[in-house]
Amino acid sequence: MRWFVRIASWAYALAVYGFIFLPVVVLVLFSLQATSFPIPPFTGPSLRWYDAVLSDTRLTSALVNSLLVASISSATAVTLGFLSAWGFARFVLPGSGLLRGLITLPLTVSYLIIGMGLLVLFNWAGVPKSLLAAGIGHVVINLPLCFAIIYSQMGDHQINIERAARDLGAPEWKVLLLITVPVMAPAIFAGFFLSMTFSWDEFVISFLLTRFETTLPVEIWNLLRSGLNPKTNAVGSLVFAVSIVLVVLFELTLLRRRKA
Amino acid sequence: MSASANNPQAGRALPWALVTPALGWTLLFFVLPFIAMGFSSLTAHEGGGFTLGNYSQFFTNPSYWQAMVNSLQVTAIVTVVSVLLAYPFAWILAEQVPERWQRLALMLAVLPFWTSYVVRSYSWLLVMAQNGVINRALTGSGLIAEPLQLANTRLATVTGFVHFFVMLLTLTIFANLKQLSPSYRKAAADLGAGPVRTFLHVVLPLTLPGIMVGAFLTFVLCIGDYITPQILGGNNELLMPQLVMMQIGRRGDFPLASALSIILMAVVTIAYLACARWLKIERA
Repeated sequence: MRWFVRIASWAYALAVYGFIFLPVVVLVLFSLQATSFPIPPFTGPSLRWYDAVLSDTRLTSALVNSLLVASISSATAVTLGFLSAWGFARFVLPGSGLLRGLITLPLTVSYLIIGMGLLVLFNWAGVPKSLLAAGIGHVVINLPLCFAIIYSQMGDHQINIERAARDLGAPEWKVLLLITVPVMAPAIFAGFFLSMTFSWDEFVISFLLTRFETTLPVEIWNLLRSGLNPKTNAVGSLVFAVSIVLVVLFELTLLRRRKA
Repeated sequence: MSASANNPQAGRALPWALVTPALGWTLLFFVLPFIAMGFSSLTAHEGGGFTLGNYSQFFTNPSYWQAMVNSLQVTAIVTVVSVLLAYPFAWILAEQVPERWQRLALMLAVLPFWTSYVVRSYSWLLVMAQNGVINRALTGSGLIAEPLQLANTRLATVTGFVHFFVMLLTLTIFANLKQLSPSYRKAAADLGAGPVRTFLHVVLPLTLPGIMVGAFLTFVLCIGDYITPQILGGNNELLMPQLVMMQIGRRGDFPLASALSIILMAVVTIAYLACARWLKIERA
């Protein structure tokens, strides 16, 4: 009975791993295709489609745009999230529960609807479509996340360290910068990295709110109109690689922090 | 959290200065857009006068109504299939894999989670296309003579969704199983229950709340997604997000798109209220 469970478990786990990895393996494998269709038989390996991606200025500038939007919007979201988390955790504010609920509310609404709302508002206010508009939308989706992560990590022992600093005569801004920020660094990092990956990956808000200059997911979407194409495989594999680097960095920072 | 330490020296201005930027951002770029969408949904596309027509269209136009039915069906199928696939997988990772390999096994299991949304759907298109990997393998081995129509079907949409949500649910269910104290299982064993009875009467009921949270998350993310049905399902059968985007893309009809978005959101809210008592998300 026991060995039967073992074998069945292995078979099942392998099947699920297979299902999970099948599309990724196909994507990466056929990005190395030498001929012009990413379908069997495999004719590579060849790097010609990576060359094609890197010499396509629309794709490379979209990549730069994506990194810019992701880093600036994440920095904004984490700053606003941290300041408000500190405010709510350390001071008694009237209606605190309600206001905290308001900040986390966007988590429950799908990106499509957040993007639609901003599109209608900007359209009505005469704000043109731009990367800035998309960045504003990315802060809307990531601010509640940063707030929730940082707020949940603000414990009582940190209050005592802050109180000690105050008793020793530190003004409030010094307490914030020299005590609270370093103590909260893991949560701040976590919020920032998660925001980066979400913004880097976000499609529908950028699609609705940008026009000529756009982000990488939207540019990849435009590539899809040409059907199956190894160039799309190549750029997709590159995006995957960047995400993996972000995730590994995130894991490493967390591990280092935990050990320290 | 008892962290609200009163700090008399700080005065009244500081706390508000800290929370106002975040509150202001949320009001200006989340609440206000929502109000704008509400107003827009009540105006006529041509002329701009007040009308309930955008909403009544949804109930009277069968193709709009059908999009909602499709969305609910696809979402229900995806949620059920994903939970059924992910639970045994998470259980194997948590119970059968040796402790020291678990972290790695879990990281591997959710690695493709981090590919871009657009790219993930495109990858499934490669697998399921007319001359893609599956069809080539099947025709090559002589199992079928003609390639199967896999892409541009509901099956393709569901497969793309299930792929994503199996990873998400594996994460949440795994966390749930690991939080379970081993003493429950020991107690059940001491009282004479075999592994099967222990699982059915102890482990499964205790992890049910976690499953419900994961299933609800799946529901919300699935019903609001545009990419997966658009790339994999094509235009043969429209889901709600596709219908919304169509109003903007082809016709620039913001009022109708707004009304449809609000209806979609209302459905999610109703689903939330319906299973609110099983969802203990607010634990802080």
